[in-house]
Amino acid sequence: MAEVATRAIGAPVRRIEGRAKVTGAARYAVEHDPGEVAYGWIVQAQVARGKITDIDDAEARSQPGVLHVLWHGNAPRLEEVSDAELAVFQEPRVAYRGQIVAAVVADNPEAAREAARLVRVKVHEEPHDVGLRADHPHLYKPDKVNPSFPSDTDKGDVDAALARAEVTIDHTYSTPAYHNNAMEPHATLARWDGDRLTVYDSNQGAAAHRAPLAKAFGLEPEQVRVLAEHVGGGFGSKGTPRPQMIVAAMLARISGRAVKLPVTRQQMFAFTGYRTPTIQRMRLGATGDGRITAIEHRVFEQTSQIREFAEQAATPTRVMYATDNLRTSHRLVRLDVPTPSWMRAPGECPGMYALESAIDELALAVGIDPIELRIRNDADAEPDSGKPFSSRNLVACLREGADRFGWADRDPRQRQRDGRWFIGSGVAASTYPAYQRDAEATARVQPDGSFRVGIAAADIGTGARTALTQIAADTLGVPVERVRVDIGDSALPRAGVAGGSMGTSSWGAAVAKACEALLAEMERGGSEAHADTKAEIEAKKDLARHAFGAQFAEVRVDGETGEIRVSRLLGVFAAGRIVNPVTARSQFIGGMTMGMGMALFEESVMDRRYGDYLNHDLAQYHVPANADVADIEVAWIEEDDPELNRIGTKGIGEIGIVGTAAAIANAVHHATGLRFRALPIHLDGLVGAGT
Amino acid sequence: MVDPQRAAITLAINGAEQHLEVDTRATLLDVLRERLDLIGAKKGCDHGQCGSCTVLIDGRRAKSCLALAVALDGSSITTVEGLADGDELHPLQAAFIDHDAFQCGYCTPGQICSAIGMLEEARAEGAELTPEAIRERMSGNICRCGAYPNIVAAIAEVAE
Ligand code: FES
Ligand code: FES
Repeated sequence: MAEVATRAIGAPVRRIEGRAKVTGAARYAVEHDPGEVAYGWIVQAQVARGKITDIDDAEARSQPGVLHVLWHGNAPRLEEVSDAELAVFQEPRVAYRGQIVAAVVADNPEAAREAARLVRVKVHEEPHDVGLRADHPHLYKPDKVNPSFPSDTDKGDVDAALARAEVTIDHTYSTPAYHNNAMEPHATLARWDGDRLTVYDSNQGAAAHRAPLAKAFGLEPEQVRVLAEHVGGGFGSKGTPRPQMIVAAMLARISGRAVKLPVTRQQMFAFTGYRTPTIQRMRLGATGDGRITAIEHRVFEQTSQIREFAEQAATPTRVMYATDNLRTSHRLVRLDVPTPSWMRAPGECPGMYALESAIDELALAVGIDPIELRIRNDADAEPDSGKPFSSRNLVACLREGADRFGWADRDPRQRQRDGRWFIGSGVAASTYPAYQRDAEATARVQPDGSFRVGIAAADIGTGARTALTQIAADTLGVPVERVRVDIGDSALPRAGVAGGSMGTSSWGAAVAKACEALLAEMERGGSEAHADTKAEIEAKKDLARHAFGAQFAEVRVDGETGEIRVSRLLGVFAAGRIVNPVTARSQFIGGMTMGMGMALFEESVMDRRYGDYLNHDLAQYHVPANADVADIEVAWIEEDDPELNRIGTKGIGEIGIVGTAAAIANAVHHATGLRFRALPIHLDGLVGAGT
Repeated sequence: MVDPQRAAITLAINGAEQHLEVDTRATLLDVLRERLDLIGAKKGCDHGQCGSCTVLIDGRRAKSCLALAVALDGSSITTVEGLADGDELHPLQAAFIDHDAFQCGYCTPGQICSAIGMLEEARAEGAELTPEAIRERMSGNICRCGAYPNIVAAIAEVAE
């Protein structure tokens, strides 16, 4: 494998599409102009469980400008789809409140919206159950957890080790449902030309969206084209096709027009995915000097009636700390709720909140500094599998972070005050797997000597377009200005989704390989080359590959009102090679900011009586605002790990959110002496903490 | 007969006068995006809760999803498309690029328009724009990508 010369890689290259984004020229899904267009609007179920007995669409259809009203009684039949959320209008069953039950298409958005309000859905309502409990009678063990991990693991003898342990911790932590809430709502613009379907869709992977769409309509993949040049964020929720894409294609077919179907912010709380709430019981055993002898992590989560989604929340515990006795398990219950889905660091994010809170509690119980305790229990090999790590720099991150944060000056005593404010600081570790998936790419030299690279990658705000351009430029040995990378189009060479923090590793390797092949091809007088990384990925050694990090938080808690301010956040990460320090820093900050939201503000509240996520808009679901973010510092450890991929990257999109919530909760404990084991931390638990 | 659901209005948009017949239910945001192909104003919530649709109405920042077009007859509107002078970016646009003040870019036009309005408000009040003041005054514009520190840095540079 040729050594990639580094010039652009590692340089602070500005975002390639920056100018388009600040001038308003960048077009997102339904902002494309397909000529004559019609507008769709979705109608949702108003009960959590039941069967539709009739839909009266007469009044809706009589509105001026309305073209059609679609529902299960008149919708086209779809082929079998693997994700039941996509089987829209195929049967009268309602599996959750907010599920799509009808859709209107009209000449203009005002008419579509008005008509949707006039569709009368008659439902035979059935009693529903939307409450997750750790003692729910219908809990079951899934065959695997995402993406393909065993549900349960059991090494050594946890019970015996806990019984023998000098110190034990046994606590239950919980996290609420969280909604991704990308700034651009999910949206699709669909157009048919004969039996060919084109969709502009807001998603994390054009190629990955094409196959299910083609399948649903009984088309060959070549008959379908999915475009997603600019995407207004995703955070996991646009990693799998959402039902509006199917509805848009149906409305376009039936109306003979191009159809724009934007999902509203409120609708996003029902059918575009969210993070499952979790209940997690953590048991730790340790010696008096803080050596961990046993860990048990049991997770309870929900899924829907129509699809199993098993969040892998206990998997980071299989990676983090050395112990001979380690047991993890996941139990699910099917409720009358929307199907949970991917949200930034699925598994690691809620799982590490529980583990890193418990580790903090252990540190206090044994009277050892929480950084020292983590260093003492660092693992030389992956604790559950025994596999060697390709690289593991958790300790380096903790030490570097301690230096930068001024941890040595921290007074371990709780409830330090500055007037009415309590001040405290906390630490937590981060981890996320370093995945790589096979991909293909093409590279071509143009008559003017510039280069064009193509891959069906996605840039949802990650900076992928820029990073891939840097990788291509260095491989070709030319400045970035001479290279254009086309992405976001399923007609380009196949590539996986922007997910699992593996974009740069997966796509970058294919781009580098294609550029290398092009150089060889040009020697022979050729001008185009194609590459596929499948073989090199299959040849990779069987190692544990993970990124690690350490997060530090300083909080101020108002002793009278309970208000919490995060005055400082620091994240130090060991995530392989950093391709672009500017966009990487932004992404880490973004992850940590979302982690702050998880700790303090965000929470989707289930209304048990009506079976609905109640606070379904941005006025009630609070994501961090500018004034919430005072000071976030990011740093990274240089890592040169040859066992990852040709680029040497581990991925940075998700690890930033892992550990933030625990660091903040641990800091709140240090500040106030109060331990919060349920997120988000509500002010009512802190009011009067000063007295 | 006059259609009660339609009305004729005139808007000066980015300096050009536009005579429009609009649906009386249409928001300024939808008129900009769906009628005039000015897609720089974004729709993040359609309920005045996110700021991504922020434009300048008669020089003041406003959420175009909350404004009915019919009520704005005679107003002058500036959208993100109207900020650059030919190839010359507005200083805030340039500062947003330099400070990497966005990721997905969906909140960005709203942030930039909001910042322009905010700087003018602060100037009129004679208020000092510390980073904390910028954060407070820009908190009506949500950025889910979490670009806030870079947004503040970009605005602070231009405010100087
Ligand atoms: S779209 Fe207007 S404030 Fe969100
Ligand atoms: S840049 Fe994505 S929401 Fe602000």
